Amino acid sequence: MPTLLDKIWAEHTIRDLADGRTLLRIDRHLIHDGSSRQAFDTLRQKGWRFRNLEQNLAVVDHIISTLPDRTGESHPPGRERIHALRQNARDFDVPFFDTDSPRQGIVHVIAPELGFTLPGTTVVCGDSHTATNGALGALAWGIGTTEVMHVMATQALLTRKPKRMRASFTGRVQPGVYAKDLILAFIRQNGVTAGKGYAVEYAGPVISALGMEARMTICNMSIEFGARMGLIGVDETTIAYVDGRQWAPKGEMWDQAVAHWRTLHSDDDAAFDLEVALDCSNIGPQVSWGTKPEDMINVDDRVPEPGDDAARRSLAYMGLAPGQTLEGVPIDYAFIGSCTNSRLSDLQEAARVIRGRKVAPGVTALAVPGSMTVKAEAEAIGLDRVFIEAGFEWRNAGCSMCVASNGDRVLPGRRSISTTNRNFEDRQGPGSRTHLASPASVAAAAVSGHITDVRKLLRH
Amino acid sequence: MQAFTVLHGVAAPMPIDNIDTDAISPMAAGRSTSVDLGAMLFNNARYNEDGSEKPDFVLNQPRFRRSVILVAGQNFGFGSSRERAVWALMKFGIRAVIAPSFADIFYDNAFQNGLLPVVQSAERCAAITEFLQSATAPVATVDLERCIVLAAGIETPFSVPAERRLALLEGLEEIDVILRMAPDNDGFEAADRKTRPWIYSVTT
Ligand code: SF4
Repeated sequence: MPTLLDKIWAEHTIRDLADGRTLLRIDRHLIHDGSSRQAFDTLRQKGWRFRNLEQNLAVVDHIISTLPDRTGESHPPGRERIHALRQNARDFDVPFFDTDSPRQGIVHVIAPELGFTLPGTTVVCGDSHTATNGALGALAWGIGTTEVMHVMATQALLTRKPKRMRASFTGRVQPGVYAKDLILAFIRQNGVTAGKGYAVEYAGPVISALGMEARMTICNMSIEFGARMGLIGVDETTIAYVDGRQWAPKGEMWDQAVAHWRTLHSDDDAAFDLEVALDCSNIGPQVSWGTKPEDMINVDDRVPEPGDDAARRSLAYMGLAPGQTLEGVPIDYAFIGSCTNSRLSDLQEAARVIRGRKVAPGVTALAVPGSMTVKAEAEAIGLDRVFIEAGFEWRNAGCSMCVASNGDRVLPGRRSISTTNRNFEDRQGPGSRTHLASPASVAAAAVSGHITDVRKLLRH
Repeated sequence: MQAFTVLHGVAAPMPIDNIDTDAISPMAAGRSTSVDLGAMLFNNARYNEDGSEKPDFVLNQPRFRRSVILVAGQNFGFGSSRERAVWALMKFGIRAVIAPSFADIFYDNAFQNGLLPVVQSAERCAAITEFLQSATAPVATVDLERCIVLAAGIETPFSVPAERRLALLEGLEEIDVILRMAPDNDGFEAADRKTRPWIYSVTT
């Protein structure tokens, strides 16, 4: 009867209050340089400590330079915040990956990679893309800084249970179409507010067939659909992914954990508050034309007629006209990175397109691995050479041009095609124009100098 | 937390859907604790590149410079979880936002700080906006004691979760409620360590 959400919720309920709220136990808390400072300050003022230190993990990612010889000093506007996190981690003894750690990386990339995020855990972070971790069958969501402080002090949150939605992905996925295209098409179909108040469970044969990293890409963009939480039931793919991770349970405890994890999926007769479906058969590579994540089209479709003022404003901001194709629109930047698409498989998909080709003149192309671990894995199989020989900059790990707070940014009025998750006005720097797409589509645009249908390049 | 009872004052119309938290408080505002968050509220829409004000932007207009209420479009606070968006609004002097809907994380962050998010129908928001744009005194009242918005000459009710209302009226911090349940938390953890030992054995 219960859904996956119901099971995880029940297992973490410390107490149900008469007013409908639940005091919920938090298993994992991720801390980054962007949203934790005032929480540490409050702890300090009150004279409190962390309740369960080992269930917390801190890392620098948002404001850290990604340049080859970077230190915490490389990007001067970021210094103050990096210093603050370093000092706070030291003062409170929080496990911390600093700028020079081989395990540093974007918080949502390193947590699953290390085995810190485990199936069935509750995971929170002062970051809206925390749902990325839900791919492991975890209940993961973004919180504000006040709640960050609550978790530090009590390892618990006072919260309300979201409604249950199941999104079933069915059909046959076309070649040249990746997990990123599927989630973009899903947001296009349902809009940016459809998930409000829900935890979305992604399900169906298409999801089951995806690898873990692709599942993370799907769950990552739940917030762009308005949902705080996105999750996927545990199956053999999940367990195989966690097996052997550095911090994953070992030996007898592993067996005990796996036995429990195998129960973490919605029951066959589970009832959801809302069911939605996505037929993946007719989805082509997606590229955004506007400034909301729902403003998507198949790359070979035409930019739609604006239906309202907001759409007209979007088009003006993007410098596009209704009825035109995106194919052929020249780009200035190609960015491969972010917690949406910076894992090894993302780099491999891009490299397949780039290999033997050159970045077009005038295009600044960045490949930014999501973690120093991903970077090392990519280098071990020679992917760095593929990117560098093509003319990409091969960077150290961080959020980089996703949020443009570390010195990597798109200049005003310039056009970027990007594997990130937000095409908001000014997101990649004031005046930046962002087209969201998959790593393969970004790679195709980088070597073409303009937006193009990646399937043309894959055929050769 | 600052208590909230009855708020009366200038209300600024921003009839735009999906105003995101990046737009409310841009990344640059978070670099340093010495940044004046209120001055950087809506930074990119509010100022030219040379730092001068864009005269068209609503909060730069003489009538709306001292706004304490914002009337916005649907899905206000979309995007990033940054609580700084709430702090920036409050630093500017905004204590309530009226909109047809709010993004979930922003909605929660607002209550944690004493900023009141007020849901009104899209039609009502449009009517208030129209009133504010032409009124000589563009003011409104948000009364949390009675859960009433008074604007454009009419009163309309709104609802907020009961516990949020109580916390705002009395300026109560949620952490104090959680801390009172410490014995439950301790009991839960002791039992959980036995059933799910792997949760507690992170080896770094
Ligand atoms: S990569 Fe982008 S979306 Fe992800 S955590 Fe960093 S800034 Fe946020």
